[in-house]
Amino acid sequence: MISGAPNAEWSSDGQTASLILTGEWTTATLDSAGWPRATPPDVAGRAVHIDFGQITNLDSNAALILHRWISQIESAASSVELGAVPAFYTQMVDAYTLTHETDLTPPAGHWTDGLADIGRRTIDAARATIHLISFQGQVTVALLHALARPKQLRVRSIVHHMQAAGVSALPIVGLLSFLLGVVTAYQGADQLARFGAEIFTVNVVGVGVLREMGALITAIVVAGRSASAFAAQIGTMKINEEIDAMRVIGLDPVMVLVVPRVLALGLMFPFMVVFADALGILGGAIMATLALDISFGQFLRQFQAEVPIYHFWVGMAKAPLFAMAIASIGCLQGLMVGQDAASVGIRTTAAVVQAIFFVIVIDAAMSIFVSILGV
Amino acid sequence: MTLIEDHFAEPAADLMPAVRVRGLRTQFGTQVIHDNLDLTIHRGEVFGLVGGSGTGKSVLVRAIIGLLRPAAGQIEVFGQDTQARTASAQALRRQWGVMFQDGALFSSLTVAENIDVPLKEHTSLRTNDRKAIIALKLQLAGLDPSAGTKYPAELSGGMRKRAGLARALALDPKIVFLDEPTAGLDPIGAAHFDQLVLDLQAALGLTVVMITHDLDSLYTACNRIGVIRNKQLTAGTIAEISARPDPWINDYFNGPRGRAAAFAGAA
Repeated sequence: MISGAPNAEWSSDGQTASLILTGEWTTATLDSAGWPRATPPDVAGRAVHIDFGQITNLDSNAALILHRWISQIESAASSVELGAVPAFYTQMVDAYTLTHETDLTPPAGHWTDGLADIGRRTIDAARATIHLISFQGQVTVALLHALARPKQLRVRSIVHHMQAAGVSALPIVGLLSFLLGVVTAYQGADQLARFGAEIFTVNVVGVGVLREMGALITAIVVAGRSASAFAAQIGTMKINEEIDAMRVIGLDPVMVLVVPRVLALGLMFPFMVVFADALGILGGAIMATLALDISFGQFLRQFQAEVPIYHFWVGMAKAPLFAMAIASIGCLQGLMVGQDAASVGIRTTAAVVQAIFFVIVIDAAMSIFVSILGV
Repeated sequence: MTLIEDHFAEPAADLMPAVRVRGLRTQFGTQVIHDNLDLTIHRGEVFGLVGGSGTGKSVLVRAIIGLLRPAAGQIEVFGQDTQARTASAQALRRQWGVMFQDGALFSSLTVAENIDVPLKEHTSLRTNDRKAIIALKLQLAGLDPSAGTKYPAELSGGMRKRAGLARALALDPKIVFLDEPTAGLDPIGAAHFDQLVLDLQAALGLTVVMITHDLDSLYTACNRIGVIRNKQLTAGTIAEISARPDPWINDYFNGPRGRAAAFAGAA
């Protein structure tokens, strides 16, 4: 017997239609030759004889499709007789239910599920906010605990995160701040030149960078780099049941994982803001020297005379708030990771989006607060 | 219980072993895992792969299924070189199914969708036919059809293994590789899984290669076993292997657990 492409050949003899199956009936061969599908029209009401004798190979998928096809023929023909049936086919038909079809996904719900979904999402959003606030409180308590008993602090971990989240971010923070200084100086000069007041570009750069941009650009870079990293690290530990293991050993995950990260960011953030401030002003100064007729010395003199120090302190006051928000949002999202790989991705995204969102909310709140104070 | 080879005479190819490895050398950096390793697995047998932790059982399987490129040596599955970058070597991938240790199911898909992945990717079957095939594979793996619409996270460890096996069987492979199929199962579940492997081997004429530490599995399910020792592999029946004068093999098979399993296997 030559093994080859699977084939089903019909022949007709009066009241009897005959089907001879030949060749190799396997998933691979049927896939290139075409799976048997339509019931031939001329079997209706006739006796059908199906001969399996020349099949050289049969696998379970082919047996199943063949069985389904033969069932179709059976429903149309007056009688079906099978000849030389391989033991494998009989075995498959006898041992397993070949007629059942499995649903791919859980059954779809009713249209009102959409409404319920909106309600559920609203409640979820409210719960998430409450959760965030209560987590913030939990972190604060743990932080105070740790500061009261500094022996509990994990110095190694804090230093590691100061390096990873702080020092390593300096190049990108510095570069972005420098470029923003350049842009501010250029745009400011462009507008102020109309009044012949180019020298006030120094004030624009000074106030803009110190008060807002230094802290904000640092926060956005750190939110992108570290909130995501924290969420992914802690989330992976969660999937790996490491968090449960910690609890069992009697370690508090908030104390072990969250406090070092919050402290590390809290310690590094002010320095990063100072660095961003310095490079932003340097950018403005270089732009002023190159494009305007303000020398470097002139820039510094004007800066010292016209930009009061409290602008710097307003910017710096935001640093610990931003640091706390970014670190705890990253950690909280990590702790909220479920059991599957997909939720790590969802939580990491949520960490970055929420962190940047809260940074801007805090910034806006601070602006209002400071203006009420009249600073 | 007859093998599929008994029903259908296949010419020449019949003489080819299912897997033939010659002079295999794998290494990570300077660390050599296998050196000049030879292995032959016959068609239709259940072959158990044994070795201490870190001896490269999984590495050997990964090399055979092409997930890892060996430093030297030749690997043939059904007479075809797995390392060739030809179309037929690509088609060879459809000849084997792999069940990873914890099932390695795609966690964002239901069990049925997991089994559907290879069917959808590699066949031109219609949805209804695929759904019927999925139902059959669930039965073959000993799962209830209702498990199809569940997500992997909702399943127990044993069910995840069975679902992984169902996915491995989707395209009717001629050979399946099982990575520690009974690890983490209770003795009843493990015994059921061993029986399942034997049933499938008998029903579908499968060649089964299983990495296992489970002595009961070795005695009840495996026709032959291969032991990786000193970067090389020795194969034979369990009686032949356990009679070898190697201290590690002696400890393995003639320790208290080994004796208990041998006793149960003989009974």
